[in-house]
Amino acid sequence: MSFLNNVITGVSLGSIYAIIALGYTMVYGIAKMLNFAHGDVIMVGAYVCFFAMGSFHLPPVAGVVLAVLVCTVLGMAIERLAYKPLRAAPSLAVLITAIGVSYFLQNSAQLLWGAATKVFTPIVGTSGNSSLELIPGQLSISYVAVLSIVCCIVVMVGLTLFTGQTKLGKAMRACSEDKGAAQLMGIDVNATISMTFAIGSALAALAGVLMCSAYPTLSPTTGSLPGIKAFTAAVFGGIGSVPGALLGGILLGVIEIFAGAYVSTDLSDAVVFAVLIIVLLVRPAGLLGRYVPEKV
Amino acid sequence: MAEKKQFQKGKMVPVPSVSIIPERDLGKTPVLECSHLGIDFGGLTAVNEFNITVGRTEIAGLIGPNGAGKTTVFNLLTKVYQPTRGTILLDGMDTHGKTPAQINRMGVARTFQNIRLFNNLSVEDNVKIGLHNQERYSMFSGILRLPRYWRQEKAAHERALELLSIFDMQDLADHQAGSLPYGAQRRLEIVRALATNPSLLLLDEPAAGMNPSETAELMENIVKIRDTFQIAIMLIEHDMSLVMGICEGICVLNFGQIIAKGTAEEIQSNPVVIEAYLGKQQ
Repeated sequence: MSFLNNVITGVSLGSIYAIIALGYTMVYGIAKMLNFAHGDVIMVGAYVCFFAMGSFHLPPVAGVVLAVLVCTVLGMAIERLAYKPLRAAPSLAVLITAIGVSYFLQNSAQLLWGAATKVFTPIVGTSGNSSLELIPGQLSISYVAVLSIVCCIVVMVGLTLFTGQTKLGKAMRACSEDKGAAQLMGIDVNATISMTFAIGSALAALAGVLMCSAYPTLSPTTGSLPGIKAFTAAVFGGIGSVPGALLGGILLGVIEIFAGAYVSTDLSDAVVFAVLIIVLLVRPAGLLGRYVPEKV
Repeated sequence: MAEKKQFQKGKMVPVPSVSIIPERDLGKTPVLECSHLGIDFGGLTAVNEFNITVGRTEIAGLIGPNGAGKTTVFNLLTKVYQPTRGTILLDGMDTHGKTPAQINRMGVARTFQNIRLFNNLSVEDNVKIGLHNQERYSMFSGILRLPRYWRQEKAAHERALELLSIFDMQDLADHQAGSLPYGAQRRLEIVRALATNPSLLLLDEPAAGMNPSETAELMENIVKIRDTFQIAIMLIEHDMSLVMGICEGICVLNFGQIIAKGTAEEIQSNPVVIEAYLGKQQ
């Protein structure tokens, strides 16, 4: 039964990674940049929810909504102030800026909310027992895990329908393929990029709250490791691909939990990255990514 | 500031009177008026003193030897490049400071010399990208799929199929655009441009790579599009049978300068044009 328990834990952790990875992959698909500040948006989202629930005694739902709203605005502001001026700059300049924004957010959080680790109150399952017994005494699933998986499914289905069947989603795909042609068809490329950052950051806020509900510690650097891992998940699945982010996220979560359970807890992250390297050696574009050979 | 000054300087000079507008379009505001249009890349003057007037339902041709600056003119008209000098008026409205997307909304659509379709999208979705600004529903109703979303998407679907039927391509709607044969990709680019509801359609070498029978069919279709939609079409083309066959006014460009303007007969007998294409007679 411990095997099934590990699968459940792995899938729920993977669902959170997948939600974060979506933000990476969407921004990469459209702006062709790696937004390394994405992980720190997660942290801001978690803090907003923490204070909304702790200091202002708002119900959890209101806390999540507030976190999503704040991060949406934050994501758009980061894009507008830090990345948009560099639209024509070499990608290395944008990458370094993203790292800068990441540290800026971490240090701002430290200044505003202190470096001390805070204990996050999970948004579900606080009253009475925190998990659902599937087989009494043997197999259980925590409410947070259920919520993470449900959120991940809803987000995935919603996003697939949005990008595939609405005009804004199609505009996003058009921009990701050829910005020049898209704007000559009357599409406002800047607005589309801004919207992508908004969606990605809103998802980051959601993931932040779920993450801190599952692992209830919160500090200014909370977002950085999940951020890196979600980035890994996005590359794993094939960066730029939405189903790839889902697959990469889930696999990464499962591998991490299994490595912790059967190899060594200390080595779990090392195993995760070792698997990533092996996968990339075999499939350089990731599991679902498309490798486009250069025309000669 | 410097830009603004140049713009005003351009405006003070009167628009040249040389006009090859067809008679039926006289007395209506021209779709396009360029005066003293020019662009420099560093020290190189790519286009200079480009003056042209295109009538409401005219089919105009822009020809010239390779590297003459024809595509640069299209890039200036669509604001892919910001002009260094001169003014562009669309329907009598100044386009100074507009972005390519705004120019498209003002009624200019184009195709590309090297096809630039959204290859991973379906044929229908490519056309729907063109319809983007005519679909009116918010992100909110898109996510929640309110009745407005369904109505608008249904209308867009029908409109897309209707536009595709111009080239008899409605059966290809679900195909991936990148998988279409070359000729069909060229035609799809025209349909996508038409979907943006233009009053001026710019075609950059529409017949490139087509065989004579395909070219003949394309000529018929260009005239048909003009007649059905009552729009102006300006095309760059190297295929002289096409240019001489359907263009009412032709403008010849060489080294970024207009060297001749006129009807097909006038251009064909113009010694300056012959020299530009074939070199000086010994």
